[in-house]
Amino acid sequence: MNLRQIKQRFMLHLDPVLLYGLGALMFVSLVLLYSASDGSWMRILGQVVNILVAFTALWIVANMPLHWLMRIAVPMYVAGMALLIGVALFGDISHGARRWLNIGVATIQPSELMKIAVPLMMAWYFEKHEATLTWRNHFIAAVLLAMPVALIVRQPDLGTSILIAASGFYVLFLAGLSWRVMGALFVGALASAPFAWGMLHDYQRHRIMMLFDPSQDALGKGYHTIQGMIAVGSGGFLGKGYLNGTQTHLDFLPERTTDFIFAVYSEEFGFLGNLILLGIYIFIIGRGFIITANASTYFTRLMAGSITLTFFTYTFVNMGMVSGILPVVGVPLPLLSYGGTSMLTLMLGFGVLMSIHTHQRLVKT
Amino acid sequence: MTRKVELKDHQREIYFFRLRLFLGLGFVAVMLFILLLRFFYLQVIRHDYFETMAESNRIYVVPIVPNRGVITDRNGIVLARNYSGYTLEVTPEKVPDMEAAIAEIGKLVEIKPKDLRRFKKLMSERRSLQTLPIRTRLSDDEVARFAAQRYRFPGVEIKARLFREYPFTDVTSHLLGYIGRINQQEIDELEEQEQATNYMGSDYIGKTGIEQRYEKEMHGITGFEQVEVDAGGRAVRMLSRTSPQSGKNLTLTLDAKLQEIAVQAFGDYRGALIAIDPNNGEVLAYVSKPGYDPNLFIDGIDSESWDALNNSPDVPLNNRALRGQYPMGSTIKPFMALAGLHYKTRTPGYSIGDPGYYTLQGSRHQYRDWKVGGHGRVDMFKSIQVSCDTYYYGLAIELGIDRMHDFLEQFGFGKKTGIDLEGEVSGLLPSTAWKMKRYQQVWYAGDTVSAGIGQGYHLVTPLQLAFATATLANDGVAYRPHLVKEIQHAANEVQTQPQPLFTLDIPPEDLDLVKRAMVAVTQPGGTAVGASMGASYSIAGKTGTAQVIGMKQGEKYNANKISEYNRDHAWFIAFAPADKPRIALAVLGENGGHGGSVAAPIARKVLDYYLLGKVPTPLKKSDVKPGVEID
Repeated sequence: MNLRQIKQRFMLHLDPVLLYGLGALMFVSLVLLYSASDGSWMRILGQVVNILVAFTALWIVANMPLHWLMRIAVPMYVAGMALLIGVALFGDISHGARRWLNIGVATIQPSELMKIAVPLMMAWYFEKHEATLTWRNHFIAAVLLAMPVALIVRQPDLGTSILIAASGFYVLFLAGLSWRVMGALFVGALASAPFAWGMLHDYQRHRIMMLFDPSQDALGKGYHTIQGMIAVGSGGFLGKGYLNGTQTHLDFLPERTTDFIFAVYSEEFGFLGNLILLGIYIFIIGRGFIITANASTYFTRLMAGSITLTFFTYTFVNMGMVSGILPVVGVPLPLLSYGGTSMLTLMLGFGVLMSIHTHQRLVKT
Repeated sequence: MTRKVELKDHQREIYFFRLRLFLGLGFVAVMLFILLLRFFYLQVIRHDYFETMAESNRIYVVPIVPNRGVITDRNGIVLARNYSGYTLEVTPEKVPDMEAAIAEIGKLVEIKPKDLRRFKKLMSERRSLQTLPIRTRLSDDEVARFAAQRYRFPGVEIKARLFREYPFTDVTSHLLGYIGRINQQEIDELEEQEQATNYMGSDYIGKTGIEQRYEKEMHGITGFEQVEVDAGGRAVRMLSRTSPQSGKNLTLTLDAKLQEIAVQAFGDYRGALIAIDPNNGEVLAYVSKPGYDPNLFIDGIDSESWDALNNSPDVPLNNRALRGQYPMGSTIKPFMALAGLHYKTRTPGYSIGDPGYYTLQGSRHQYRDWKVGGHGRVDMFKSIQVSCDTYYYGLAIELGIDRMHDFLEQFGFGKKTGIDLEGEVSGLLPSTAWKMKRYQQVWYAGDTVSAGIGQGYHLVTPLQLAFATATLANDGVAYRPHLVKEIQHAANEVQTQPQPLFTLDIPPEDLDLVKRAMVAVTQPGGTAVGASMGASYSIAGKTGTAQVIGMKQGEKYNANKISEYNRDHAWFIAFAPADKPRIALAVLGENGGHGGSVAAPIARKVLDYYLLGKVPTPLKKSDVKPGVEID
């Protein structure tokens, strides 16, 4: 094989359009991390490694034929559930939450695995019963969703459970969940809100309360929200300029390389910068919609739609929490925040998207 | 059939899926639009607000306290100064166990019970997050000892500061006043005057005296340093600096040496003395005895010292010169004589035969002269020289109280002089209208009789009497008494010279007669015999005795029989040299008995020093024989 052939083989199952979008975000991430970490090359190197690992995973998944994906859906879900139960029983506690499981060689966070496994399982289930879908199937799919979500809420990990619940709900929605059921669910959710409130941990309640009035605890729980809003607001139309964010560089912003990296971006690049960044996200989401619309099987349609909408949800929840319209739930900004796990999960998702797109193209031709 | 249905379902299913997907797209669009609106709101609409928040996050404004103006006397002797020193200061919020901390600090730095009492008083009055001094004036040794152990005491720190000091302590206490820690009421006042920013770093404010009256001038303008800080509050760099402007220095009209001599001249007597330059109103000496040590008040006085001052029978905190109100006694007579001449009820040559008492027509009540048997024939000159009461009983009746009131008012009696100190009282100059308003009673002739010799309702402050004496000495041209000669100013600023407050229209021959009689007072045959004995200049004076308790008809005043605090007050007013006065004064010896024996010698010492530079020996109570029956 000559170089051109190698390149061709390498790109065979990748979607160049998506790659442009993802590459742009990763570039922004590295540039931003330099500022957010006050010029720490270690951070940037770390993120480069994260990107390389995640990209490798993407490439592998993108090259997987679709029926492989369908085949691993059930074992992956069952293994994930087993691990979640394991966490609930024997998990390590860190920062007041039981999220990690020590499996001897490494410490893993099974909830991350479930971000892929849950929609995969549900899409597989709907595909299996495609011909004879009734409300009964929707109910069983909903149970498949509710079990891991309940376990993750109890860890507690509000951010992850919201994302998984959203990804599962998108599958249900796209699979034609009846409007009456959705209406009933909505009413039920409102009615059960007081009970749900009782289930929440104190710190989660605090974070939700802070959303309504962050100033009541400006130095305590509301600090994140207030400093985030100050950073975003003080950025103005054009921003303070790269490396010139005072909130960032004088340590006022908490978590500024991870969950609050958008505040760093907003402070330094302003409203105009936000428009451009939103443009990149819209570009990726738009591409996801096109892939979804063109997907050939029920399974791939549901899977692609769920991945795309979940990616959007990630973005919205993070930007919403940094700009103070959503509670601080600990969701990173997709592909911009520093962190290997979320990068890996997201890229696996995009790998699935690319696989769906490229394999059916091959089938068609 | 089945197949057909399946195909149909498939197409329908694709249709429904795309519909759902389209709805999803709509959902995404709506939510992104909400985000966009939120960004627009934060970054464009509310940008100014958040910009300010970010700035106040990162910028600390550190006030730089200006140096307070220094006070000197007319010759440059320092009366109030600043010195730099170390204090040990505590922020109570940062100290978990105060008792234990104090006990530990006490092992390194000596903390006297007095310091502790003062600290506890400050604790009860403090504002939040204020640092309070637990020890002032640390020695270099103590600073070094504490600094080495500093880490053990969170919330306790050594501060280098400027301290105020009054080197003359009780000698100048009543006129200088003192500064003290700012209290809540003063904060409110400062806020009302929009001065709060200027006092951001200031701990002290003038509380009384010159320190209070000239607070604005002496405080100066606070400077500011803008410092960029990080989230931990550590200063990263300085952004800008506005230097403070030191307070202005004051030069007083006071002569510190004269003041000291005047205070010493009182010996252990209580009382007051005001000496004024009649040619311009400059106050040369301002004594209220006893004084107190103003240095005690600066960092909050401890309760024991406070109780001692507050409960002393000598009331050292009372500013007698400014706020003490006394009957003026016979010192009224020169002014009464001028009134008699003015209203033509008396000519200089008119004389009375004094039998030693005065009776009103149709009454048998005898108003006694101080001299049993009377002074014989008495004209106006002699009436002042020997202080004949009978002469003035009759004159008062013929003038009537309202004409007396109108004439005396011109000299400033019954009104504040307007000296540059806070808290002056106006004394009391009675009239028929006043009595009706005050007591709803008509004025009796008997009231007038005693008013004629300065007894009864009529009350003056020592300052008022000194001011009237100065006006008389300066032939009716009055200058407002003032303590500040000059406020430090730029070279190109022109200081205004004092202008006459008013000029009384008194014929020169009237003034000449009264002044000659007042000179005679201090010479053989006068009531203050010996006041000018051996003096190389001529002294015009007048004695006075102010009754503290009334005498029954026929009762004899015996100083030895009454408790010290009920004895008569001694007055002496004087100016010298008589022909061209350079100094006029009023002396009050509280419970000192007769003016000639106690007050006049004090006055003489002041005059001797001011005019001749002579330093006298102090007066002792044992030197004065009480109960001498002359007025």
